[in-house]
Amino acid sequence: MKVGVFICHCGNNIAGTVDVARVAEETRKIPGVAYAINYMYTCSEPGQDQIKDAIKKYDLDRIVVAACSPRMHELTFRRTVEKAGLNRYYFEMANIREHCSWIGEDRELNTNKAMEAVRAAVAKVMQDKPLYSSSFAVNKRVLVIGGGVAGMQAALDCADGGHEVVLVEKSPSVGGMMARLDKTFPTIDCSICILGPKMVDVAQHDLIKLYAYSEVEEVKGYVGNYQIKIRKKATYVDWTKCTGCGECMEKCPSKDAYDSFNFGVAPTKAINIPFPQAIPKKAKIDPTYCRQFTKGKCGVCAKICPTKAINYEMEDEIVTEEVGAIVVASGYGLLDIEKMGEYGGGRYPDVITAIQYERLLNASGPTSGHIVRPSDHEEPKTVVFVSCCGSRDKSIGVPYCSNFCCMYIAKQAILTKDHMPDSQSYVFYMDIRSPGKGYDEFTRRAQEEYGTKYIRGRVSRIFPKGKKMVVRGADTLLGTTVEIEADLVVLANAVTAAPGAPQLAEKLHISYDTNAFYVESHPKLRPVETNTSGVFLAGCAQGPKDIPASVGQGSAAAAKVLSMLSKDFLENDPAIAQVNQNACVGCLKCVKTCPFQAIVEEELRGGKVVAKVIQTVCAGCGVCTSTCPCGAIQLQHFTDNQLLAEVNALCLS
Amino acid sequence: MPELAGKELRIVGFLCNWCSYGGADTAGVGRFKQPTDLRIIRVPCSGRIDPLFVVKALINGADGVLVSGCHPRDCHYSDGNYYARRRLEMLKQFLPFMGIDGKRFHYTWVSASEGQRWQKVVTDFTRQVHGIGPLHEKKEAAK
Repeated sequence: MKVGVFICHCGNNIAGTVDVARVAEETRKIPGVAYAINYMYTCSEPGQDQIKDAIKKYDLDRIVVAACSPRMHELTFRRTVEKAGLNRYYFEMANIREHCSWIGEDRELNTNKAMEAVRAAVAKVMQDKPLYSSSFAVNKRVLVIGGGVAGMQAALDCADGGHEVVLVEKSPSVGGMMARLDKTFPTIDCSICILGPKMVDVAQHDLIKLYAYSEVEEVKGYVGNYQIKIRKKATYVDWTKCTGCGECMEKCPSKDAYDSFNFGVAPTKAINIPFPQAIPKKAKIDPTYCRQFTKGKCGVCAKICPTKAINYEMEDEIVTEEVGAIVVASGYGLLDIEKMGEYGGGRYPDVITAIQYERLLNASGPTSGHIVRPSDHEEPKTVVFVSCCGSRDKSIGVPYCSNFCCMYIAKQAILTKDHMPDSQSYVFYMDIRSPGKGYDEFTRRAQEEYGTKYIRGRVSRIFPKGKKMVVRGADTLLGTTVEIEADLVVLANAVTAAPGAPQLAEKLHISYDTNAFYVESHPKLRPVETNTSGVFLAGCAQGPKDIPASVGQGSAAAAKVLSMLSKDFLENDPAIAQVNQNACVGCLKCVKTCPFQAIVEEELRGGKVVAKVIQTVCAGCGVCTSTCPCGAIQLQHFTDNQLLAEVNALCLS
Repeated sequence: MPELAGKELRIVGFLCNWCSYGGADTAGVGRFKQPTDLRIIRVPCSGRIDPLFVVKALINGADGVLVSGCHPRDCHYSDGNYYARRRLEMLKQFLPFMGIDGKRFHYTWVSASEGQRWQKVVTDFTRQVHGIGPLHEKKEAAK
């Protein structure tokens, strides 16, 4: 056995705190190591060529690269050794950057640690066996979760690429948050005018199957072959019959249902169509307010409906769809303003959230675009905007910036002046964050052309005084406290992960961060991929972002899906479990513990019962291997012998 | 040459690829400084860890063993970490019967985004093991 070891300087990233030449020198003393060298950038083209050349020149049959994390470059180097004629599993990485040079300050200790990491990797590589992938067929349908602008973009791009798309939307209509906006920054485009046609495209596309008012119940399978159970929630209206005429909504006697589309700005009917441009434009009953459900009698909508679509007996329905790839665009939520007690949100009717204000500005909103105070329906003359309501505040668990509030506040201030030329807007801000094309010009316009007064400082308290709301805060530029008597206060409350985001992540086996936003594969280089192959991210589910970024990610996720689905077959990872039938005693404990039902019982000729792994289903976790009492089932590339070789290399030396 | 005499103890870590190994990477990328005693072995899932690996490490020369996986409910393989939790808790109870201080073994959960948490886990555990001291008579000391 001839092991070649390549120790990377990574510029100064490793060589700065690790004596790489000494690591190479010590490595040459390890039995089995035929060649060891240190090099500036092993991942560069000359660096990879050096590996290939050395394999030929010194007849090397196993390769170790001591460099960055294998999560970064394992695949890169596996391809390199494969090109030089070795099996790609005759390769190991020793992580001497993330786990060594970047975290330890003592050069001597770091160097020693790096040498041991190399020793362990050499011990492992000497136990490695060649493994070969097998290929499996790919289902070319796509599931998109979330029908906001990011999800719709992904769905349309995938469908235009010729693939059937299943689009699942939690609420009764697609459109998401963007459908609720009046205008969009920095162009003051009418939001629904640019979104509406996209929504219609989604509804009319032959290849898009829309499940509105539905949720993903269960995800089974693996990349290329997922089985998805979708819960179609009961609407109590047969959507195949409903024409969206709206007569039921007009006649419904229950008038104070909570309107989630309008964020409670005004009540709605117990049977309703969320908004005029809704897709699909179908009615649904809210059973918590419907008199037929609360009092047991009413039936007005059933009597009035011209197509007899009302069905009070309707129940949730579970449907199953098979897909090959999944795009998660499940959007975001908003911080409950009652968490900021000093602002009085929830207690004072004239302290509202920015999205509620957006609905007041919107011509198709509950006030037909007239700005009125919720308390007395009078036009407010002084409007105060409070930015960073919760954002960048560790004490309430939102340490991050919500990304787009600075911009929409500027937009809302401009629109306020447009609606009411004699009004005056004030903005309390921490920093104005407007790093986008045309964004900074836009916030300046709000100040210079529209006379919005920007006050740099935080608001400490908001309290009522007669009909006014007093906003007390600091002006840190002048070094004084300020009090403004406002008619209406608008809070830019923080963007949070969507409600239920962790639960959805757990169904999909993708990870989420401490704020429950989904984690991408690499923060720079793989921004729309997850660590679960076949599952991609788009939009605010991954973190707060504005419309252009969400649309961009929707298209990016679709591009990733399309490139994956351009192949008819995918190769599996051969690092999966394998049964040694001679050693297996047929206890079948592995069958019970396998999280993927990938192991089945097999009867051999002669009647002996053994375990058998279904290759395409096995995900390679290795739970079976540590369950097996006789070591008969071994996870390839992480066998007992391979891991113990590492343990011994670290402990016995 | 193993740990540097006097400065370090020998601590072996078993980390699942998807969460904790990533968390340790995140800590590295963020330059969150840590003690250097820990040597990391990567496994696909904490459910892959046979308690025997831990015992082997301790018997063969390690002074401490750290295991870290995905947070419960967030396992890349659905429920591998639940199996790990049962096995490792059993092991923890069992170690004193073999004459090994239970404090030499620790298992925990660190996600791929929790670089700072990883720094704290490593620092605390290293301090804990240093508090107990070496498990084995050192051959080097005789030299």
